[in-house]
Amino acid sequence: MTDDPRPMLHARGVSKFFPGAVALDDVELKLYPGEVHALLGENGAGKSTLIKCLTGVYRRDGGVITLDGADIAPHSTLDSQKLGIGTVYQEVNLLPNLTVAENLFLGRQPTRLGLLARRRMVTEAREVLADYGLDIDPAEPLTSYSVAVQQVVAIARAVEMSGKVLILDEPTASLDRDEVQLLFSVIRTLKARGLAVVFITHFLDQVFDISDRATILRNGRVVGTRLLDGVSQTDIVTLMLGRQLEARVHDRAPRTLGDLLIEVDGLAKSGMLDPASLRIHKGEVVGLAGLLGSGRTETANLIFGAVPADQGRILREGHEIRVTNPREAVAQGFALCPEDRKTDGIVGDLSVRDNIVLALQARQGWWRPIPRAKVTEIAEHYVKALDIRLASLDMPIRLLSGGNQQKALLARWLATAPDFLILDEPTRGIDVGAHAEIIALIESLREQGMALLVASSELEELVAYSTRVIVLRDRRQVSELTGDAISTSNIIHAIADEPIQEAS
Amino acid sequence: MIRSHHLPLMVTLATFVLAYALCGMQYPSMFSTRVVANLLTDNAFLGIVAVGMTFVILSGGIDLSVGSVIAFSGVFLAVILRDTAIHPLAAFVLVLCITTAFGASMGALIHYLEMPPFIVTLAGMFLARGAAYVLSTDSVPIDHAFYDVLKDIYWKAPSGGRFRLIGGLMIVTFVVAGLVLHRTRFGQNVYALGGGAATARLMGVPLAGTTIGIYAVSGGLAGLAGIVFSLYTSAGYSLATVGVELDAIAAVVIGGTLLSGGYGFVAGTFFGILIMGLIQTYIVFDGSLSSWWTKIVIGGLLFAFILLQKGLTWATTTRRKTATGFATQS
Amino acid sequence: MASTTTSTFRRILPQLVILGCALMLNVLVFPDFFRIEFQNGRLFGNLIDVLNRGAPVALLSIGMTLVIATRGIDLSVGAVMAIAGATAASLVVEGHGWVTALLGALAVGAICGAWNGLLVAILRIQPIVATLVLMVAGRGIAQLITEGTILTFLNPGLIRLGAGTIMGVPTPIILWIVLGAFAAFAVRRTALGLLIESIGVNQASSRLAGINARVLLISVYLVSGLCAALAGVIVAADIKGADANNAGLWLELDAILAVVIGGNSLLGGRFSIVASLLGALIIQSVNSVILLSGMPPEFNLVIKALLILAILVIQSPKVGHAVYMLRAAGPKAFDTRPAPAARPQKEQS
Repeated sequence: MTDDPRPMLHARGVSKFFPGAVALDDVELKLYPGEVHALLGENGAGKSTLIKCLTGVYRRDGGVITLDGADIAPHSTLDSQKLGIGTVYQEVNLLPNLTVAENLFLGRQPTRLGLLARRRMVTEAREVLADYGLDIDPAEPLTSYSVAVQQVVAIARAVEMSGKVLILDEPTASLDRDEVQLLFSVIRTLKARGLAVVFITHFLDQVFDISDRATILRNGRVVGTRLLDGVSQTDIVTLMLGRQLEARVHDRAPRTLGDLLIEVDGLAKSGMLDPASLRIHKGEVVGLAGLLGSGRTETANLIFGAVPADQGRILREGHEIRVTNPREAVAQGFALCPEDRKTDGIVGDLSVRDNIVLALQARQGWWRPIPRAKVTEIAEHYVKALDIRLASLDMPIRLLSGGNQQKALLARWLATAPDFLILDEPTRGIDVGAHAEIIALIESLREQGMALLVASSELEELVAYSTRVIVLRDRRQVSELTGDAISTSNIIHAIADEPIQEAS
Repeated sequence: MIRSHHLPLMVTLATFVLAYALCGMQYPSMFSTRVVANLLTDNAFLGIVAVGMTFVILSGGIDLSVGSVIAFSGVFLAVILRDTAIHPLAAFVLVLCITTAFGASMGALIHYLEMPPFIVTLAGMFLARGAAYVLSTDSVPIDHAFYDVLKDIYWKAPSGGRFRLIGGLMIVTFVVAGLVLHRTRFGQNVYALGGGAATARLMGVPLAGTTIGIYAVSGGLAGLAGIVFSLYTSAGYSLATVGVELDAIAAVVIGGTLLSGGYGFVAGTFFGILIMGLIQTYIVFDGSLSSWWTKIVIGGLLFAFILLQKGLTWATTTRRKTATGFATQS
Repeated sequence: MASTTTSTFRRILPQLVILGCALMLNVLVFPDFFRIEFQNGRLFGNLIDVLNRGAPVALLSIGMTLVIATRGIDLSVGAVMAIAGATAASLVVEGHGWVTALLGALAVGAICGAWNGLLVAILRIQPIVATLVLMVAGRGIAQLITEGTILTFLNPGLIRLGAGTIMGVPTPIILWIVLGAFAAFAVRRTALGLLIESIGVNQASSRLAGINARVLLISVYLVSGLCAALAGVIVAADIKGADANNAGLWLELDAILAVVIGGNSLLGGRFSIVASLLGALIIQSVNSVILLSGMPPEFNLVIKALLILAILVIQSPKVGHAVYMLRAAGPKAFDTRPAPAARPQKEQS
C-alpha cells in the first residue's frame, strides 16, 4: 500500500485544544479504500478525541480533513454519517428497546402511504444482514441477540448509511473469541467492498489479526504509522508506552521489606478477572502493569470491594478479613484512588476542604463530626504537604486542575492514615510537575512503611517506584517481576507475551 | 417464546381477564353489555388522556399537567359557549389548538432548558388550573343543542348496553395512537427517545422535534379528554379532574409500560384503564366495600408492576454488566 | 466562625430579598400588614397569619430539602399528611391522649418514609416512581382509617397543636421554627449535611469514599415522612378533624416549590434548610398578597406557575452556561475568575 492511490480519508495537521491541555497536536491520519487501519494508544493518547473530530462530535481547532478528495468539516455525527463516515462504539450504540430491523432503519424506514412498511422493513433487513453473514429474525428485539450480533447490526447500520469510512471504536471489548471471529469476517467482507475501516482496540493480537496498518498515538501526537507486516508486537507496545526504553538501572539495593500485610488469595469475578493472588508487605510498592482491559483496574477494584468478588479471600496480617464494600475496606485501613477521577473520585460540587475530609468523616460516622477548625487544619496540612494549588479551600473541587484534583484525592485518603493504599492510574491526565510530585510521594509513603498497590500504564513510572511488578494480560496475571528484572522492556515483553530477556 | 418486553403486557391482559372472570363469577351481570358500555363511557376521558400519557412515559418523561388541562378545556368550552355564539365544533377546534400549543411549549421548555419534565409540567399544571380558575370558579353548565345531539349518538346493543359516542372516540384514539406509535417515524422516534436520548441522538433522531411533538400530543389529547369530559358532565368546572394525571400514570404503568421509558404499548394502557374501571365497578356492585379501596388496590397494582418491571430490567442488565463491572454498581 | 456566618448569609440573601419584596407588596396592598396585636393571650396580625399558615409547607420543606439534596424527590408527603392526620384523629377518637396520638402519627409517618427509603435505596427504584406508589395509595389508606368520613375530634391537647398558642404565639409557628432550626443545626453540627450533599453530587465517589449511602438515603426519606406526619397532625388539629381527601392535597408540590425557590438544585448537592424555609414563607407571602389585595384567589396558581417558570429559567444549566459564557467574554473575566493553578497559594502563610 504505497501513496499511489488516493486516500479515502486524509486528515492533516489536526489539532484540538481543551482549556489547559492540548488533546491533539498536528495529527495526520491516512485511510485507504480497502484497508483496515488500527488506531492505537493508551487512554488519553488522543484516539477518542481524533475520532470525535472526524465524526463531528468536536470541532477541530486546526487542520484539514479530506474525504474522497473533498474537504469536510462535519458539525454533528449525523452530518458525518451523511458524508460517509459511520461509527460503531464499544457500547453498542443501538436502542435496546427496539427490534433489529427498527434499529437498522431508524430514521430512514421504508414507508407506504405515509405509514411504515414494517413487513418490507423486516424483509429488507433480512437481506441486508444476510450480506453480513447473519441469518437472524430482524423482527426480534435487539437484546435477544448476543453482543456480537448487535455489534454486526450496528456495523451494518453504519455501513448502509455511510459507506465510505467505518470507524470501529473498541468493538471487541466485550466479545468472546468466536464472536470476535464473526466480527472479523464481517470486517474482511467490508474491506473487500472497498471501505476504509478504522479499528481501535487494546487487544494487540486482534490488531495483528485483522489490520493492515497502524497509527500509534501518544500524548496527542502521532508517534508512528507502521505497516503491520514487518513489525512485532513489542515494537508496537514500545511505541505505545515507552518513551525511551534503554533499561534504566535503579538503585534498588537496600530496600528492606517490612512484615507481610496483605495477602490476596484467588480473588476473582467472572467476566472481570481470573483468580488473582498477591502478597504485599509493609514498605512495599507492588506495581500492576498491563494494557487497558487487562485486569489492572479490576484487580484494584476487587481488592477494595468496589466491585464485590465472586470468590477468593483477603488476609490482613494473616487473618482473613471481609471486604465486600468500600466501607469495610476503609475500616480495614485500605484506601483507593480510582482510575476515573471525575466519576468515581471527586465529589465535584463540594469544596476542596470537604473533599479532603470526606473519607475520614465517613469512617468516623456522621454523629462524630470533625470540628471545623480541625477540618481546616487537616486540609491546610495536606494542601501544604502535597502542594495543592488552589485559590481557596472553599472552591468546588471540580474547578481544580487534574493534578491538583488527584492530590486532593490522595489527601482524602492520607487523612485516614491508611496502611494499604491502592492507586489506580495515579498520574493519568495530569501535568508534568504534579506527575513528579506524585511519584515522589509514592516513594516517601513507601519509606514510611505504607503498603502500596499501584496500577499504571506508565511503565517508566512503575519501574521507578515498584519493588515488584505484576503483569496482567487478558484479565489474568501472567508474570511477576522482582528486583533487577523490573525494566520497561521486560514488562513490555510480558505484556506482548514474548519470552522475557535477561536483565541487562 | 414470549419476548421479555411483551411480558408486562401479557401480565396486564391476564390480570384483566382473571379479574373480570372473578367479578363475573361473583356477579354474573357484570358480563352484561350494559356494564361493558358503561365501562367505556365512564372511562372515556381518562382513556384518552392516558393515551397521551403513554406517549410521554414511553419517551421517558412525565406530564403532570393533564388533569388541569382537562379542567381548563371544560371551563373554557363552558364559558365560550355561554358567552359567545360560536359553534361548539369551532370551540372544540379552538380548545385543541390551545392545548396542543400549551403541550408543545412545555416540550420546548423541557428540551431547550434541559429541565426535568416533572417540574416543567408541574408549572404547567398550576398554570392550566389557574387559567381555569381565572375563567370561572363556579361550575358552568353547558346547555347547547349541539351537545344534546352529540350525547344522543349511541349504538344500543341487543342486550341493552348503550355504547356512546365518547366511548367510541376513546377507542378511535387508542387505534390511531397505536398506528402512530408503531407505523410512523414519529412513533419510532418516541420509542427511540425512551430507549436512550443520547443514543437516539447519535442515531439521528431529532430530539427537539420529537420532545415537542410528544408533549403536544399529550396536551392535545388532554384537550380532547376535556371535550369528552364536558360532554360527559355537560358542565365545565375548574375544580374537576383533580388528580387525573395520577390515574392516567397509574393506568399506563398497570398497562405494562415501563415508567422510565422505552417499553410498552398503548394496547396495554387500554387494559390498564379497563382494570381500573373494573375495580370501581366491582366496588359499586359489591356495595359494602368502600370507595377508598380503589386507591389502595390501584396503588398496590402500581407497586406490583413497578416491581415486575424492575425485575425484568434487572434480569436483562446484570447479564450485560458482568462484562464491564464498574464501581458504580453496588 | 465569622466566615461561616457570612457565607450562610450570602447563601440565603436572594431568598431574603425576594421575601422582603413579597412582604413589601403585602404592605403596599395592605398598609397595616406588619401590625401585630396581642389579644386574648394570642398574637394577631397578618404577618402572624403568614407564619402560621405557612407552617405545613415549611415543615414539609425541611424533609423535602434533605431528600432533594440526595438527588431524590418525595411525592408522597401530601398523602402521608393525610394518613398521619387520620391516625392522630382516630387515636383520640378512640379515647387515647394527645401524646399517644402524636406519637402514633409520627410512627406512621416514619413507616411511610422508611417504605419510600427502602424502595429507593434497596430496590433502586427511581425516587419519583417509588414515591408515586404511596402518593396514589396513601389517600386510600387515610380514608381507610377515617372510614371515609371527616373524622372530627375535640381533644384539646391535640387541637392545641394546630390552633393553640404557646406564650401567645400560635403553636404551628413554634413547631416549624423549632424543628427547622433544629434540623438546620443538626445537619451542620454533625457531618450529616456533608455526607448527604456528597451522595447527592456523586453517589459513586461517595460510596468509594466509604459513605454508607443506603442508610443515609433511607434516613432522609424517613425524616421526610416524619415532617409530613407532623404537618398532617397540625393541619388536622387546625380544623379539628382529619379530612383524608383534602388534607395536604398538592402540598407536596408546594414543598418542592419551596425547596426550589430556596435555591436548592433539583439535581442534588448543596442545600440549605433555612433557604427552603424562606421559600415556604415566600410562597405564603405571595398567597397573602393575593388575598389582601382583593385580587381573586384564582390568580394564585397562575402566579405560582410563573414563579416556577422564572426559577426554572434561572436554574437551567443551559442558561447558567450562557451567562457564564457572557461573563467570560467580558474583559474583566480573568480578574474575577483566576485560573486556579496559576494563582499563588495564599493558604500557605
